[in-house]
Amino acid sequence: MIAVRDNRDRTAFAALFDHFAPRLKGFIIRSGASAPQAEEIVQDVMLTIWRKAAMFDPHRAQVSAWIYQIARNRQIDIARKENRPVPEELREEPGAEPDASQILGLEQEAGQLRQALAKLKPEQREIIEQAYLGELTHQEISTRTGLPLGTIKSRIRLGLDRLRHELKDLKQ
Amino acid sequence: MSAITHHTPDAMLAAYAAGNLPHAFAVAVASHVSLCTQCRVALEAHQSVGGAILEETGAVAVSSNLKDDILAQLDAPFTPEPVYDRKGIYPGPVMEAMKGRAPRWKKLGLGVRQDILSEDANGSVRLLYIPPGQAVPDHSHSGLELTLVLQGSFSDATGRFGVGDIEIADEDLEHTPVADEGDACICLAATDARLRFRGLMPRLLQPVFRI
Ligand SMILES: [Zn+2]
Repeated sequence: MIAVRDNRDRTAFAALFDHFAPRLKGFIIRSGASAPQAEEIVQDVMLTIWRKAAMFDPHRAQVSAWIYQIARNRQIDIARKENRPVPEELREEPGAEPDASQILGLEQEAGQLRQALAKLKPEQREIIEQAYLGELTHQEISTRTGLPLGTIKSRIRLGLDRLRHELKDLKQ
Repeated sequence: MSAITHHTPDAMLAAYAAGNLPHAFAVAVASHVSLCTQCRVALEAHQSVGGAILEETGAVAVSSNLKDDILAQLDAPFTPEPVYDRKGIYPGPVMEAMKGRAPRWKKLGLGVRQDILSEDANGSVRLLYIPPGQAVPDHSHSGLELTLVLQGSFSDATGRFGVGDIEIADEDLEHTPVADEGDACICLAATDARLRFRGLMPRLLQPVFRI
């Protein structure tokens, strides 16, 4: 992803496609689209990844998390023919050196998160998946008993640290 | 900016990440996240969970020509969506809802003004301007109302809400927010049903003023 972002590397982009396009297609079909619709959305999402690559910040998101949000946004934009409101982008300070330990920490947290998901009972897992596929309203998410949202999320500490160097932009 | 004490509930952030929040609420949540580091972190945590689920989703083979089709389009010209930056007290998503313009205030009486940014059967988004010491007009809503403070502050039975704070009021909450002394209170109010003001003007006139 970094090679796509910094070098506009097409080989790296093709590798990203090989990994994510079939998963995206499966994911989008699960959220209710037909196979041809799903391919259209996959195409749209992959092009959005290419065009918005400059926005990707490995200090704050794993590639999969970033692509997840793009996929949900694009699927809804296309279905509703309107743009979803998105938060202001945090811009990296120009010339900021990548912080390898922070990126590594994020990867470790993502690994712990996957383990926690794998340990869920099937019915809990099903509810979590429904929530993140956009099948549950916020009321349903908050009232579903046994939805281990907090448990899952607490696996990722996603500390405020990660945003510290970007706070200047926020406070202006 | 003083510390934000009233945040977006976690279930709402999860539904927002999953794209299953009514548009009006999404404007309010995206605006709050623009102002609130804590909720941005929480939202990114939800995105991480979504990403982990995406990674684990069973892959479905794509058409053999899809990759080449996409690679061939990488250089195609495209028009990027306009990005609306924060302007003064108005965060990017509010600027987007206003399509980059300044607020167009319409008088509601007693010094209260509003600007309806969008309204349809699924909800409404509006800016409200409440002079210091003035109560927000008595209103009822059949669903939820999200109120995000952009300037000044207001207080009601549930507490005090300053810049960046978001109040989630359901239909059971009989609340009469009063703008605190100091700057006029400007807030973004989002509902998932039509909002009705009581006691400010006869019901008959409401369609005329679209409130
Ligand atoms: Zn918050």
